[in-house]
Amino acid sequence: MELWFSEMHTENVKFSIKVDKQLCCVQSQYQRIEIFESYEFGRFLTLDGFMMLSEKDEFIYHEMITHVAMAVHPMAKNILVVGAGDGGVMRELAKYSQIEKIDVAEIDSEVVRVCKEFLPKTAVGFNDSRVQIFYEDGLKFVRSKDNEYDIIIVDSTDPFGPGEGLFSKEFYGNCFKALKPNGILINQHESPFYTKDAAMVKRTHKRVVQSFDTSRVYQAHIPTYPSGHWLFGFASKGLHPTKNLDATRWNALNIGTRYYNTNLHKGAFYLPTYVEELLSDVEDVE
Amino acid sequence: MNQNKTPIRDALEELENNRIIPFDVPGHKRGKGSSNLREFLGKKCLSIDVNAMKPLDSLSHPVSVIREGEELAAAAFGASHAFFMVSGTTGAVQTMIFYTCKRGDKIILQRNVHRSVLNAMVLCGAIPVYIECTSSEKLGIALGSSVAAVERAILENPDAKAVFINNPTYYGICSDIAGIAKLAHKHGMKVLADEAHGTHFYFADSGNLPSAAISAGADMAAVSMHKSGGSLTQSSFLLCGKDVNANYMRQIINLTQTTSASYILLSSLDISRSHLALNGKKIFSDVLKLTAYAREEISKIDGFYAFSEELIDGDAVFDFDKTKLAINTLGTGLAGIEVHDILRDEYDIQIEFGDIGNILAYVSIGDNHKNIEMLISALAEVKRRFARTELNIMKQEYIAPIVRAAPQEAFYNPKKMLPLAQSVGRICAEFVMCYPPGIPIIAPGEEITADIVNYISYAKEKGCSLIGPEDMSIENINVLE
Repeated sequence: MELWFSEMHTENVKFSIKVDKQLCCVQSQYQRIEIFESYEFGRFLTLDGFMMLSEKDEFIYHEMITHVAMAVHPMAKNILVVGAGDGGVMRELAKYSQIEKIDVAEIDSEVVRVCKEFLPKTAVGFNDSRVQIFYEDGLKFVRSKDNEYDIIIVDSTDPFGPGEGLFSKEFYGNCFKALKPNGILINQHESPFYTKDAAMVKRTHKRVVQSFDTSRVYQAHIPTYPSGHWLFGFASKGLHPTKNLDATRWNALNIGTRYYNTNLHKGAFYLPTYVEELLSDVEDVE
Repeated sequence: MNQNKTPIRDALEELENNRIIPFDVPGHKRGKGSSNLREFLGKKCLSIDVNAMKPLDSLSHPVSVIREGEELAAAAFGASHAFFMVSGTTGAVQTMIFYTCKRGDKIILQRNVHRSVLNAMVLCGAIPVYIECTSSEKLGIALGSSVAAVERAILENPDAKAVFINNPTYYGICSDIAGIAKLAHKHGMKVLADEAHGTHFYFADSGNLPSAAISAGADMAAVSMHKSGGSLTQSSFLLCGKDVNANYMRQIINLTQTTSASYILLSSLDISRSHLALNGKKIFSDVLKLTAYAREEISKIDGFYAFSEELIDGDAVFDFDKTKLAINTLGTGLAGIEVHDILRDEYDIQIEFGDIGNILAYVSIGDNHKNIEMLISALAEVKRRFARTELNIMKQEYIAPIVRAAPQEAFYNPKKMLPLAQSVGRICAEFVMCYPPGIPIIAPGEEITADIVNYISYAKEKGCSLIGPEDMSIENINVLE
């Protein structure tokens, strides 16, 4: 018998991973949560049938969503992470001794419970004493915050489903308010490749651009996500993602990474022409 | 009765299975002749777009499945009779008035009624008698009718045929409909209820919603099933109490309603009725939880006031429909219509309407927590980014009318067009309203005052969508010669 997990990347493109066995399947109030054991990617987590992370390539995503902002901000102490129920972002953040507080707003406590049980490689991030989890809608959590965080990292699901509010203009506006004057917002920004995803990239970028003075997009290669070509958003109240990169300071911290380094940091902001065009379409609107 | 039953839907499905060869209208022949339309609307939709025929009954003379559907609806709503309406609640409202009033007959009502009520009077020649209206200065909206004010109107006009009541208003305000019904019946008048915004009242769980008109003793109610009830746009119910002659009512309906009623609309009424009868209580308790949560969160945003049952005074606000999420915006220095526009243009959120001082977000059967959360956050952003201190913001929504001619007389008699500014003191010959909500600012037969002209200019300036006059730019207005 062969067991395959398949996800439709478009109506006409199917991505499949051969599965050894299913380890867990629960339906929470928000979504269906599943963990599979695979031959090629190790364990992987899916929500409503969509790949969230695999043990083999999660390091790319988690390093890129975390260290870019940490290398730019001169002294980030208070961090808000929205989503991130698997713990991977917190694992990366925990590498910085300067950080004093890591608030996590995750809507679904079941995701955290399942990840703690089945994905210890990322869930280790929950063990850090600076981490405090709030089981709340990120949109609601951030609404009441004012001038409180140095960095906000939005590790959300796709914009179709419970994560939709985290791609809204009101959310980005609320984040702007929640950030301190030097604050940085990092959000997972979907893929620019397939038509429907590209439309969402455009829409998301437009909303961030309208909310922040500085808004740039950077990329990484994540094999298990649609097309493998993935984007992240870097928005700030003034800090520039490459001009304000302090490579010497960051390298002196001796943070262990497998994907991120300060040269790649600069390179990640050099985008393919078609992506630049996609983004610039919405930059001049206002 | 077994509310699981959906006789119209069943008949349509059986027809589909029987593969009847259609040599009747509609000419698209179950969609085969109109592939673009079929592709857009879906195969199912086109396959049930059929004409009245024996197995499907006929809306203008129902004897089988439609009759059974109407009986089921009557039972679900606790009415003596229910009519399926495919001409919107507008059709139901007009029918109630045509049933009750002939030319020259008086009808007692509040002025903040939907245009369909005044339109009916233009058509049938009834004469409006307006109840003195209390309005809330803080909110700038008209409230309900106090029983005492209705009584004064009844005593001054003992020859009136009917009392017409909104249950509730667009904003959720209810009058004491049971008290009014008792009073009107004592004086031999019928009680007509516009329940365009009150379908859910019939599915209250342990008194968590205001009284439904029919259960409170009203003789007829026009119920917008397509608003809070979940059926398709344009479909509606006309409910009748025990003292209404249902067969005469059907004749009145058939004066104006189409003879080609859409089975798409009829089946949507049938299916939604079953759904509400079986699950309505649960559905509307959930809606109430959503709106209660939204009000609590919105109250934390300085400048917005999501009003609710604290308005209840046992008189002009006898009860309040807590499913309505109406928000006064004046504390932010923004007109309701401006907030409406910002939400749409900046945040991709479409709300029901914004007028001078308020917005209404329609929360229903189809909403969820996520969308409510986005609305609240967007309002927090509107406040943060757009709030201002405006000194000359207009407050008053309600201007008491000065009636100088019957609506029919004013609409049909010789008239001439004048620039709006020069029309003060003349008798208006047409309607002007913001839509939504569709409550006329001025109606045929009323004197145009400086207040009215100012109101129209202000509403226009703020971006309200004004409709009604022959001159669509609303620069000029028709007045009686």
